[in-house]
Amino acid sequence: MREHPEAANDRPVEPDAPTAVLGPAETIDITLTVNQHSYALEVDARTTLLDALRDRLQLTGTKKGCALGQCGACTVLMDGKRVNACLVLAVMAAGRRITTIEGLQGADGALHPLQEAFIANDAFQCGYCTPGQIMSGVACIEEGHAGSADEIRRWMSGNICRCGAYSNIVQAIDDVAREGP
Amino acid sequence: MLRYLQAGSLANAAEAIQAHATAEIVAGGTDLLQRLEENVLPPALLVDITAVEELRGIEVDGAMVRLGALARLSEVIDDPVMQTDFPVIVEALSATASPQVRNLATVGGNPLQKTRCLYFRDRTSPCNKREPGTGCSALGGRNRLNAILGGSERCIATHASDFAVAMAAVDATVVVGSAEGERTLPFTELHRLPGDTPEKETNLEPGEIIKGYVLQRSALARRSHYLKVRDRAEFEWAIASAAVALDLDDDERIDGARVAVGGVATKPWRLAQVEAALEGRKAEPGVFAAAAALSAEGAVPHGDNAFKLELLPRTVGRALHELKEQV
Repeated sequence: MREHPEAANDRPVEPDAPTAVLGPAETIDITLTVNQHSYALEVDARTTLLDALRDRLQLTGTKKGCALGQCGACTVLMDGKRVNACLVLAVMAAGRRITTIEGLQGADGALHPLQEAFIANDAFQCGYCTPGQIMSGVACIEEGHAGSADEIRRWMSGNICRCGAYSNIVQAIDDVAREGP
Repeated sequence: MLRYLQAGSLANAAEAIQAHATAEIVAGGTDLLQRLEENVLPPALLVDITAVEELRGIEVDGAMVRLGALARLSEVIDDPVMQTDFPVIVEALSATASPQVRNLATVGGNPLQKTRCLYFRDRTSPCNKREPGTGCSALGGRNRLNAILGGSERCIATHASDFAVAMAAVDATVVVGSAEGERTLPFTELHRLPGDTPEKETNLEPGEIIKGYVLQRSALARRSHYLKVRDRAEFEWAIASAAVALDLDDDERIDGARVAVGGVATKPWRLAQVEAALEGRKAEPGVFAAAAALSAEGAVPHGDNAFKLELLPRTVGRALHELKEQV
């Protein structure tokens, strides 16, 4: 048993690792790998990945909507898979590869094709859900779940748009899925 | 102050939760983090088991499939053997939550998720499950989501898992580990009825952890289907669901039938009387309808959820019909 989560960086832990004495872990030192940068920070156990990104790393592109995994505004990629950052503890994200909306653009600063498609299709109104929609859409295309408008709607169901820009969001994802990678 | 421990082994994790009454295992965290956010039975100590190697993976071993507790829902959905041999499980998981949640949530944690009863999730309401002895607000309250089967005077909270309904239908076995060793129990015996102690939801002993499941590959499980009825097409809890499996002989006579239902009961619910009405008979619409009509036998409605008396038999009937059509 280890109380210190730096172990998360070199998983798996040895099965016969010694049992640590249980004690209060008021703060925990972790390293988060976000958009290919490493950040060392001290968090308390209940800090979510979402709050760490926004409040500690000032990566405020990832939005906080419901904080209950129900709206998808905080969608990021973890080891290439889309997840709700509000449902991941920062301490459990240590050592994982996190990609946020800020990490989506190319090395030359060019927007990702899906970002371009959202602009071209006017796939937003207020824009609050947009970073989550785009991160989820990128994963949806990569997973091969963007074969038709129906399939896109089904596989984008974890992202809510209160302005109701759904038809244009579906169109933007469909455009990029058809163009291919 | 919430404390966090990373378990290096199953024994370490078991010791930690046995020694601390307010400790909880965390893996996918999708239900636990909602409870932390809303202060609903928040644990004081989190024991992270995601580094415990022996709990990972999906392993096919001849006539058996072993699901490790840490397998993510999306991992099981994408597994080719699960797709061909256990469609009811893959369909139930595909109808669960959202793609983002399915990438996090684990099969070990899913059957242990807490109910979505409005009053359990609302700390300001009396709830016998959250705070024993305070009363049940759902009885006589807003109980559209609540159970018509398996309830008591203390609690009518529905068990929310789709996966658990499918697992009950295919006679899965639960493998449980503790500091002392390992034991198995039938999946249908994992959960308890609320009775007088709705706060005690499973037959796991203190210090016991779900290590995984054993599934038997069979003709029955291969011809199986999950139908989920809900208020919107995706990302919603069941108001009724049915997991069905049929073993048919060459003349389409039913050699074996399994029917389990969700969204209507306080635990994953097998319908023995429906199974009995199917077995030995021909797989045809009249037989399905007659058997499905028995689904709500013994059900107790509570106002808002009375519509389930009719919805449940229809759901079971349609699930059987769709399964037959697929073949």
